[in-house]
Amino acid sequence: MTGGGSRDALWAVRGILGGRSYLVLAALGFASFVGGWWLLAASGLVDAVFLPAPDAVARRWYAWFSDGSLLVDVRVSLGRVLGGFSLAVLMAVPLGLYIGTFRPLQAFFEPLMEFARYLPAVAFVPLVMLWVGIGEAAKIALIWIGTFFQMVLMVSDNVRQVPMAQIEAAQTLGANRDEVISRVVFKSALPGIVDTLRITLGWAWTYLVVAELVAANSGLGYAILRAQRFLQTDKIFVGILLIGLLGLLFDQGFRLLHRRAFPWLHAR
Amino acid sequence: MSAPCIQVEGVAKHWPGQAQPALAALDLEIGEGEFVALVGASGCGKSTLLRLVAGLETPSAGRIRVDGEVVRGPGRDRAVVFQDYSLYPWLRVHENVSFCLALRAHFGPASLAEVEAAVARAHALLELMGLDAVRDHYPSQLSGGMRQRVAIARALLARPRVLLMDEPFGALDAQTREVMHELLLRLFQIEHHTILFVTHDVEEAIYLADRVVVLAPGPGRIDSIHVPVLPPPGERRPELKLAPEFLRYKQLVLERIRATSGVRHDLDKLDHLAELSRRARPD
Repeated sequence: MTGGGSRDALWAVRGILGGRSYLVLAALGFASFVGGWWLLAASGLVDAVFLPAPDAVARRWYAWFSDGSLLVDVRVSLGRVLGGFSLAVLMAVPLGLYIGTFRPLQAFFEPLMEFARYLPAVAFVPLVMLWVGIGEAAKIALIWIGTFFQMVLMVSDNVRQVPMAQIEAAQTLGANRDEVISRVVFKSALPGIVDTLRITLGWAWTYLVVAELVAANSGLGYAILRAQRFLQTDKIFVGILLIGLLGLLFDQGFRLLHRRAFPWLHAR
Repeated sequence: MSAPCIQVEGVAKHWPGQAQPALAALDLEIGEGEFVALVGASGCGKSTLLRLVAGLETPSAGRIRVDGEVVRGPGRDRAVVFQDYSLYPWLRVHENVSFCLALRAHFGPASLAEVEAAVARAHALLELMGLDAVRDHYPSQLSGGMRQRVAIARALLARPRVLLMDEPFGALDAQTREVMHELLLRLFQIEHHTILFVTHDVEEAIYLADRVVVLAPGPGRIDSIHVPVLPPPGERRPELKLAPEFLRYKQLVLERIRATSGVRHDLDKLDHLAELSRRARPD
């Protein structure tokens, strides 16, 4: 056939790719990244102070881990991310649910939230320090500012995606308003909401690093900042990779939760 | 006619921002146990009328009464079967069917006997609708026809006084639709409901209904009411659709819809198109 080819051809538009081929290509992607990095470092074109080789980074990783401070830093950072994120979830999910359900609440809150989400969270750092100091509360507040407003808007959007026919069917079966919200709207929107949480958790990590770069004496972001002062580029690399890895881990956790909690989306 | 079950009295519906009303001062009475089909060109307001009876929309003027009581909102006495997307994808088939049993309106402080009776009825409905084998499936695992069976069973379990069906078979293929017609006719031999049925399929309307109401658009109003003299619903078989008297009714209703649709065809323009096609060909 000309001009397209069947869907299992390798370069077919929106083609089909087997699970194993996918894994091989994904591994190849990572390998070429590490390989390219290693080649560049080994070529001597770039000073090792600026670009440490992968094996130097791995050694530093191990050293940081074995002196025990890595786990402490991870635990501290994790606590902050989950603290700020959980606070945002507890407030944003109910609010988003009601904004997406009731028009007057949408009119009242949505323009305000749209405005608030464009306020740069990073610019709040000085203000947050004045208001709540430089303790744990400051980090949690910054993560909250960075995620809450987006989360409210995304959750209310998830809620508005619920088909009207599902709502009306419940009403004609005798459901009252509370039952429509708890038994239909929330249940129907839940998979979308979990996806929203997965995406916003990624942003929470970003704001964690911002918070720890500014005012902290522990945590991964702080470790990166201190490593820069001592020109420990390899440690900066470890910190960055570690945050990436933790993000990936949580992302996969959310995907697993999605598959477990919503079997009907995956049943065929 | 038996006692009126649904009374539509001077009902009008005006959508904001639209010059012409969707429905203008419409009167209609539907008897207890009667099956009435609403047909008409698109935009005639047939779905709007059904939604008004369901209480999902509020009339701009006039009122609707069901069993003498004025409709003020959706209620369990008027169940609706929608065309699609109304099943709950997170519930299995049997959970979808018994959805209403979890609602306070049905079982506040219920006695055990009441609950048992309802559960037994849910079982019977699943069996009757041929859903027994798929009772643990999710809606996404079912064909369109099976999904509509679930939707009908779910509506019936609520024991409504009136069943409102809004193009329930509109998204199904012709064969499946035929199967659903037989199922519906058999079902209503057992359960005597008052039914308002909206469809764009004239054949379906005549085959299923006692009366066929043709609505005309711009503004929505009743054009004509047809009472086909056919065998009673319980004795109708698919062959009936080919019988001369059936085809005569179909012709009649189709003509009314065509006359009110306001669409004109300029068939002489066909010659012009043919001429253009001829010239476009290289030989």
